[in-house]
Amino acid sequence: MSGATEALRCFVRNRAGINLGADKDYLVVSRLKPQLSSWDVTSLDGLAERLRAQPKGALADQVIAALTINETLWFRDSKPFDLLRTVILPELVTRKATDRSFAIWSAACSTGQEVYSIAMTLREEEAQLRGLRATILGSDICEPVLARARTGIYTQFEVQRGLPVQRLVRYFEDLGGEWRVRPELRSGIEFRALNLLDLPLNIGPFDIVFCRNVLIYFELDVKRNVLSALAARTKPGGYLILGGAETTLGLTTAFSPVPGTAGIYRRTT
Amino acid sequence: MRTAVIADDSAFVRKAARVILEALGFDCREARNGRETLDICHEDMPTLLLLDWEMPELDGIGVATTLRAEPGRGPIILFCSTHNDLDHIQQALSAGSDEYVMKPFDRTILEDKLRSIGLVN
Repeated sequence: MSGATEALRCFVRNRAGINLGADKDYLVVSRLKPQLSSWDVTSLDGLAERLRAQPKGALADQVIAALTINETLWFRDSKPFDLLRTVILPELVTRKATDRSFAIWSAACSTGQEVYSIAMTLREEEAQLRGLRATILGSDICEPVLARARTGIYTQFEVQRGLPVQRLVRYFEDLGGEWRVRPELRSGIEFRALNLLDLPLNIGPFDIVFCRNVLIYFELDVKRNVLSALAARTKPGGYLILGGAETTLGLTTAFSPVPGTAGIYRRTT
Repeated sequence: MRTAVIADDSAFVRKAARVILEALGFDCREARNGRETLDICHEDMPTLLLLDWEMPELDGIGVATTLRAEPGRGPIILFCSTHNDLDHIQQALSAGSDEYVMKPFDRTILEDKLRSIGLVN
């Protein structure tokens, strides 16, 4: 493959920490080529050249958005949501005797399905929360996907991916071909563009951080840096939820696994 | 073995659903209308009933209502229809449907739906 695809893979690694190997050249070609004319360039070489001159800005954001994997579904893997319900929330409720609120961060939320799945879980666990209020921050490196997350509008195809129909009926408005998350579920949720490699200091700290299926795309040193940044924004005793194929072991001592669970870690004190 | 009845008056839909369900390990039978659906179910109750809404002789709502009024567990009912609005979905749930697939569907959607009701891993 040409030097252009290598340059573009390099660009995404430097800007977003996402490691697309040479075997992902097809992804670079298939996702970027159809958009070249909208960026007013005629070739991948031209695009690489433009990004060299202007590594930040709208074009750079759009290229990153096109090359990051945005596949997402409702209640993905289901287990973390079961553990939120049965392990994390009961523990938080007993610990939060005086402070009546808690903060959750979905650190790579893409088009928002994870954020709204968390919100649905909290709504269904209102009785055990006993008035404890939650705020949820959804972040992603790509502003275009966050713009979609904020609208809470999903296609017929998207609402059928992992979302039980009973929840569709309960939490969505029928827009005729598209479905919108009801306003009451959207309250208390904020979406913000954040790069996990370059996090501002003033976010958090959080009681629960979801960062699933993100670390798998990073190289070892980037994983360490990201985990360290997440630890700095997680309260002592707070929870980190990773994807099924991810771990903190060997990368940081700031988190330790919760016994009897998979993919759930606690911030060490 | 898990069994499925595919009830739809469209041969094309029945074939598409059969290909997907067989790949997921279901032993499939087909019904072309509501009466035939009830007959096949009564002969040997399936694990899963993939149920179209608009069918000759008896529609999907009639089939679901009949099966739910009978003693015994009955099948898991997965409505599969072009009626893709909230009112119809609520009507199907009230008639005893366990899940609802809005047409058109593909393997991804069907598999996700079956996973959410615990029929595939």
